Amino acid sequence: MKRRNVLAGIAATLTAGCSKISDSEWFGAAVDGAEKLHRGAQRAIGGQKGLAPEFSAKDISPFFRGNGSIDIDKPAYRAAVENGFVDWKLDITGLVDRELSLSMVQLKALPQRTQITRHDCVEGWSAIGQWTGPQLGLILDMAAVRPEANYVVFHCADTLNGANYYESVDMGDAYHPQTIIAHELNGEALPVRNGAPLRVRIERQLGYKSAKYLTGIEAVASLDDFGEGKGGYWEDRTGYQWYAGT
Amino acid sequence: MKRHALSTRIWHWINVVSLAVLFMSGLNISNAHRRLYWGDWGFEPSMAWFSVPRFPGWATIPGYYSLAVARDWHVLFAWIFAVSLLLFMLTALLNGHFRRDLVTRRREWRPSAIWADIRKHLKFDFDHGEGKFNFLQKASYGIVIFILLPMMIFTGMVMSPGMEVSVPWLGDLFGGRQSARSLHFICAWLLFAFFLIHIVLVLLSGPIGQLRDMITGGRIDEKA
Repeated sequence: MKRRNVLAGIAATLTAGCSKISDSEWFGAAVDGAEKLHRGAQRAIGGQKGLAPEFSAKDISPFFRGNGSIDIDKPAYRAAVENGFVDWKLDITGLVDRELSLSMVQLKALPQRTQITRHDCVEGWSAIGQWTGPQLGLILDMAAVRPEANYVVFHCADTLNGANYYESVDMGDAYHPQTIIAHELNGEALPVRNGAPLRVRIERQLGYKSAKYLTGIEAVASLDDFGEGKGGYWEDRTGYQWYAGT
Repeated sequence: MKRHALSTRIWHWINVVSLAVLFMSGLNISNAHRRLYWGDWGFEPSMAWFSVPRFPGWATIPGYYSLAVARDWHVLFAWIFAVSLLLFMLTALLNGHFRRDLVTRRREWRPSAIWADIRKHLKFDFDHGEGKFNFLQKASYGIVIFILLPMMIFTGMVMSPGMEVSVPWLGDLFGGRQSARSLHFICAWLLFAFFLIHIVLVLLSGPIGQLRDMITGGRIDEKA
């Protein structure tokens, strides 16, 4: 009975089978392959430097939702909020010839990029905001990143569920013209819920890549030594894809 | 001559599996944010046009809430679905299936002819007369193959921030990312409605023969 086999096969695939398949190695490999295909197709069609859509001022949403950490309950952060983040530093470390420790004043003195972009959360919602800050590529050039660096890791001040938030992107996204270290949202200092005083904007990927409360950026050859080695807090914790352009 | 070409049968069964996985993993993804909006942005209840119910575990893939695992299933089967649809469309174009069986004739569009077709369906009379499909079949298969299935792919692309870099006009066409997400949801349920009607009609028109023919191909002269 071919027909019965087909039906039984479908039913088995769709019910109990699915959770078993989810845990199997070959399913993981198939998903990684599919994700690589999506990424390859997106970069092949859009180009390494293809820009995410930018919007006009009238498109800005009335309010920019905060998600994940929306505040940091640590004395050092509370003190930093109190004094307007005057002592906040962004450290550039790792595979660089010149390590940097940039103050807010220094970051604001660099050439700035302002962009009105849409933030897409993996959950499904979107918000549009105007972001201002220096391009990350410029900062990486100041630090003279070495050729052996394959990724940059973003270190953050916040912890979620007891683990430090961090994220990472490849050098293509690090040097992308719309990748900026934002210190302003809609023309005002970045609010606490959106990552004050500094957050990165990774405009061609989902929101969890745009790490908030930035304290440091590290150029690295491999992501193995950070967190559980999957390249980001959510990647480690729930298994979100490291490439979040899909 | 076979009633269903081999390419049609292979695509039909691949499509059964990929659409089922996409629909059920999609319901899991929907549970992550159960509101739909129009336009480009939206995140609060006051901005929503629809509040989506929470879908129970038995209806979702995986059977527990996991946005990460559901997305894995979804993006994997999106490839299987899109590539198999493309191959089916190319084959059906080349072997004449679309032209021979799906293109409607002008006389079929006469209201009296459509009404007669509806009346026959209501009487469970599925005798086609000439041609493989009657008008209602042509119309519903046409809507599914040329509108709903491509809509799923294109609205899905708009939701990918990395894809929108290449096709920003596609997002504008649908009225923004959140509109595309709403349309993705609406078209998914229209496909589910088609699936239900399709199953009912198969059950009413000799399910064993129908299933056998969709597997072995059947023969046209057997079905007089």
